[in-house]
Formats: sequence, C-alpha cells, structure tokens
Amino acid sequence: MHSNRYTFLFAAGISVITAILLAFASQGLKPLQDANLALDTKTSILHAVRLDGLERAAIEKTYTEQVKELVINSAGEEISGVSATSIVLKDELKKPLEARQLPLYEFSDEAGKKYYIMPLRGTGLWGPIWGYISLEGDFNTVHGAYFDHKSETPGLGAEISEKPFQEQFQGKKIMSDDNNFVSVHVVKKAAKFNLGTEHRVDGISGGTITSNGTDQMLKLCIEPYLTYFGKITPPASN
Amino acid sequence: MSVETTIAAPAVKKEGLFSKKNRKALIDPLDDINPITVQVLGVCSALAVTTQVKPSIIMALGVIVVTSFSSLIIALIRDAIPGRIRMIVQLVIVALLVTLVDQVLKAYMFDVSKKLSVFVGLIITNCIVMGRLEAFAMAQKPWPSFLDGIGNGLGYGLILVIVGAVREFFGSGSLLGFKLIPQWMYDMGYVNNGLMMLPPAALFVIGLFIWWQRSRNPKLVNVS
Repeated sequence: MHSNRYTFLFAAGISVITAILLAFASQGLKPLQDANLALDTKTSILHAVRLDGLERAAIEKTYTEQVKELVINSAGEEISGVSATSIVLKDELKKPLEARQLPLYEFSDEAGKKYYIMPLRGTGLWGPIWGYISLEGDFNTVHGAYFDHKSETPGLGAEISEKPFQEQFQGKKIMSDDNNFVSVHVVKKAAKFNLGTEHRVDGISGGTITSNGTDQMLKLCIEPYLTYFGKITPPASN
Repeated sequence: MSVETTIAAPAVKKEGLFSKKNRKALIDPLDDINPITVQVLGVCSALAVTTQVKPSIIMALGVIVVTSFSSLIIALIRDAIPGRIRMIVQLVIVALLVTLVDQVLKAYMFDVSKKLSVFVGLIITNCIVMGRLEAFAMAQKPWPSFLDGIGNGLGYGLILVIVGAVREFFGSGSLLGFKLIPQWMYDMGYVNNGLMMLPPAALFVIGLFIWWQRSRNPKLVNVS
C-alpha cells in the first residue's frame, strides 16, 4: 500500500503531465483546426448554392471571387465594419430582434445572376443543427439548402445532412401567393397541410424532432431578412 | 521469500516478440474472448454507431489506437500507480488519448472528425478500454499489454463492421454508401427494413452472432 503522501503526489503529477500534453497538442494543432473550420464554413455556404465536390483550392477561389459578405440588421440596413464570418449566430439569436446582426452572403454566378445565402441555426433532438439556405433574386424561390448537425442519430435525424433531404428544398417558395411569409415546412407526407406543395418538404421518418427543429429553424432564421429583401427589391418586379 | 523468487524466475527468461503467449494475447480477442460477444463489454457503443459501415470502421480504428496505447502506458507505469486511485489514473490516461485522437482528427482529417464527433468522445466511456486495463495491463508487461490492446480493439472492430454491414445492407440497401439493392427491387415493392436503423436491431444482430459463434466454437460451450 502506497502512503497518502505518495498517492496525492502521484495524482497531482499525472494531472500536470497530461494537462501539459493536452495544452501543447491543442495549441499546436489550433492553426490547422481553425483553417479547417473556416474552410468548412465556406464549403457549407457554397453547398447552399448547389456547388459541391470542389477541391480545397477551388473552394477558396470561388468563395473569394464570387461571394460578397454583408451584415444587416432587422430594419434592413447594412452594417459596416463587422465581418460576417466572425458573427456567432448562436449568440445573435438570443438577442432581441432589433439588436441582432444578421450575416448575409451574396453569391453571383458566372452569368451575373445573384443568389442570397442566409445562415440558419436551431435545435435538433440531441444538440444544435445549422445550415445555409439560398434564395434566388426574386427573394421567394429557394435555390438550394444545406444542413448539418452536431449529434443527431445516424440514419434518423442525421438524414438532414444528406443530399436527398436537402435537394427537396430546391425550387420551393417561401412566400404565399398574396406575398406573405410562410416559409418552407418540413412535415410528414401524410400530414394535413393547407398550403401548396411548393411550401412543404417531406420530413424524416423516425426523425420527427429533428424535422420539427429544421422547420422552426427555417421560419425563425429567414424572417428577419425579409425587411432587407423588401428594400432592395425593385418594386416593378414584384 | 524463496517462494517468490522461484515464481519470478521463469519470467526473467527472454520471450520472443511474437511468442505463443503474445500471439494469444493478440488473436484470442478476435474469437475466443471477443470483447463484445464473449466478455460482453462495449455493447453500448456497438448499438449506437453501427447503422452504417463507414462510421463503424473509423470508430474501430479509434478504439484500437486508444486500447493499445492506454494498455502500453498503464503497463509501463503499473508498479508506480497507487492502488487506491488506479481507476482514476486509468481514466486520466484514456481521456488523454481520446482527446488527442479527437484533436488530431480535427486537424488532419476534418471530414472524418465531423462524421464522428460524438462517437470519438464516447470511446472514453467504452468499457473495453478500462476492462482490459484492469484485467490485463495492470498485471502484465508493456509489450503483451500493447498486443492485448490491439487484439481487443480488433475484436471490437470486427463485430462493429459485421453488425454495421448487416444493418446498412438491410436498413439502407447499401454498403459503404454504394447502393447494392437495385431500383427494380424497390419498384417491385421491396422496402428497406426501418427497424435496422434503430439501436434494438444491433442487439438482435449481436445476439444472432453470439448464437452462431457459440454453436461452432467448442471452447465457448457452457459445460454446467
């Protein structure tokens, strides 16, 4: 039997050694991890305008050349001096609507057509879910959507990060015929629904809570942008 | 005292790196003492991560790294560890390795780490790791412990990949993401088995595997 003194010293010693090792590993690998994270954000944003399968360099190039970062507020004014990528959406969503800073990404394709990409964040069953959704220049038609999650169940809730689910969103409309915001709803195939098919996508069997979370996320995160979209829409095209 | 020396004496004899005993430590966990089907350790994660083959394989690799190196480290310092806090010391070493694996994955294999985010952390609570440390590494030399760790990781991985393959094939009609069941089967009314996507399916598959394993391996037949 070891003495108490030895036991305490051993415990303290091993804690210090592991702490030092972890600190070095974390600091040493941080630049690489940060670069990966930044690249991941860019990849996700480009996913939302149906660009995927690009190599690392191509992503950087496309992003720098074709994406313009904006920050707006819910009154529809552009805010300067804030970087869109530095905004933590989780914190913004906790603030009252008026105080929020909303990142917006403007993507121009080769033909000069513009798409507007909005970041999304909500809750799934086990943890946060997030994504990006892009609208065409009419601020109504969904061009593409991308979702990801922290810890949804593979095969169930995690299906939101799979292509078949995300492709359903292409071509859906977020505004009703009389120009009110109705969002795109994620609902059961059999559920009664009083809006047209252009406002609904099929939820995931066995992933109801994640589907509902996605539904809520779309509604809450798109709405604050509408004032801005209303301002930059030329009245004639409405 | 004389008794102790006579017991210790044979161990001094130099053993080959892959002597029969060491090979046994490596191979036995694949079948005779498989961590999942025979020792019934680490079943929880085997239920959770096996809906598809790919996460199963990567999870298995992570576990192999952690079991082998934690066994090696614990075996190296086994005489210095105070008995009363040995479990905590084991846990610290396991947590250290799991965190390192997680950090390295995040830095060099970001896509993989995104797929595995939760699963990697779960290795800390995997009973196989601590089970082998308590049962083997605390009383054995570093090299056999290292082999034992690899063996148990492999035995765990083997079951994971088998269960993952069964579940992905019947649950999604694919293997490693490639569609294997052709569209005309679905057109004729074939439906993927939704139960295979849920954790209980893994329990059934593991149960059937244990049944099959025990029916063909005479060492596992219960004599009583």
